[in-house]
Amino acid sequence: MTEIPEHLLKRAQAARDQAAAQAGAAAPAAGDTPASDPRIPAHLLERSKAAKDKTGGAQVAVAEKVGALVGAAPAAAGLPIGAGPGGHTQRLLTVVKSGSIQDVKATPVDKVHTWPHLLAVEFVAAIACTAFLFFVAIFVNAPLMQLANPNQTPNPSKAPWYFLGLQELLTMFHPMVAGVTIPGVALFALILAPFIDKNSSNKPEDRKFATSIMTIHLMFWAVLVIIGSFFRGPGFNFVFPWRDGLFFEL
Amino acid sequence: MAKVIDDPRPTAKERLNQTVENVQGSQAWSSIFRPGSIFRKGYTDSPRNRSYVIMNSVLYHLHPVKVKRHAVKVSYTLCLGGLSFFLFIHLTVTGIFLMFFYRPEATAAWNDISSLQTSVAFGLLVRNMHRWGAHLMVLSVFLHMARVFYHGAYKAPREFNWVIGVVLLTLTLLLSFTGYLLPWDQLSMWAVAVGTNMMGYTPVFGSQVRFVLLGGVEIGSETLLRWYVLHVLMLPFVIVIFMAIHFWRVRKDGGISGPL
Repeated sequence: MTEIPEHLLKRAQAARDQAAAQAGAAAPAAGDTPASDPRIPAHLLERSKAAKDKTGGAQVAVAEKVGALVGAAPAAAGLPIGAGPGGHTQRLLTVVKSGSIQDVKATPVDKVHTWPHLLAVEFVAAIACTAFLFFVAIFVNAPLMQLANPNQTPNPSKAPWYFLGLQELLTMFHPMVAGVTIPGVALFALILAPFIDKNSSNKPEDRKFATSIMTIHLMFWAVLVIIGSFFRGPGFNFVFPWRDGLFFEL
Repeated sequence: MAKVIDDPRPTAKERLNQTVENVQGSQAWSSIFRPGSIFRKGYTDSPRNRSYVIMNSVLYHLHPVKVKRHAVKVSYTLCLGGLSFFLFIHLTVTGIFLMFFYRPEATAAWNDISSLQTSVAFGLLVRNMHRWGAHLMVLSVFLHMARVFYHGAYKAPREFNWVIGVVLLTLTLLLSFTGYLLPWDQLSMWAVAVGTNMMGYTPVFGSQVRFVLLGGVEIGSETLLRWYVLHVLMLPFVIVIFMAIHFWRVRKDGGISGPL
């Protein structure tokens, strides 16, 4: 147990003495208190007086009592510094609301244990993914063409599938626009998306514009990639895969 | 006269149980599996132990002890982010295997791949898995991005994690593209020729960009070495750092988004 410092004990003792002395002094003072304290509005005093008369003066109305105590305070010369009405030596400094210091969650979140609920799902997903890759790898071989030959350009020569959208754009625009400007702007717009979209809702019904823009964006690339992959043949000319065959390697 | 046996000989099952108990009780075992591990002796399914499974394992770097109930729903995430990460691990493992049999030289690369397929046990299988895994990863990262967008999960406070995600998408494409050259066949060489020609049209310093990427004015042995180092060392290093920040931010921003 902590020891109480001596000066605090002294101060408490002094306050106790003061309170005792004041209790004696206040009792006679209460009798001749002026009813009109300047700090209390007159109509409130009237009301409290009326209430007092009604009850036959048996009870002391609150407003008047406060007036009495406040009025009595200056009379008691020896009050300790900081002593309140009635000689109280404690004061309410501030009210600390819950949540200002402790992090009190206003709405509790429905949570589950990561193990086993999430880990089991992840484990199954990983196993399924491995099994899928394993079976694909057994039945479909990765392409390995002839040794690279800088003097013999294959026809058509195509980029990897995810760049075929760009290669498709090359047929329409200057290489700088198709290869640098358009993908650069698309990537930059993607990065800036959260800073452009000021709508704070994540409800699909509130986000019809954002959803449409993104869908158009994704479809733009998907269509280009599909055309570049399946509908471009020798010389990167337009072909129909069902008529002229497939010119596509993964 | 037959001797009366008080203690019948232990059955195989009892012996097995005894052995398991001895192993699990050993100092080595309990030094490997920290308190709360499901492999530890006396693990029982209780909320406290479920918390310890995460808190006392390396998984605590990835997952909190508890997650929002809707975060477990496969229909919300489609597991795409997790699968992208898993595919990255898968590609690292199969890629390390391939590195044992591959030299990044114009004279050796194609022959190495060819003999890997024909004379190395599981060589063809592992190469196939690496190849299809890589394409699948590009696809899953792309779909993950689409999923995150359609859920509005890039909104505050997750804006920066979205930016990191776009960087990760770009790095994934670069990783796939640099790996594309390594077999050194007609397909890979000319695909890279198309790609780097396009980058050569970058304004102002296009030809310099192309020169740095190719290690010369034309695709050659230097290009192969350069793209090999990018593919097996530099880009994985960079992407791991960005992934670490990405996963950390997922947790710091209050777990995955939603529910809608």
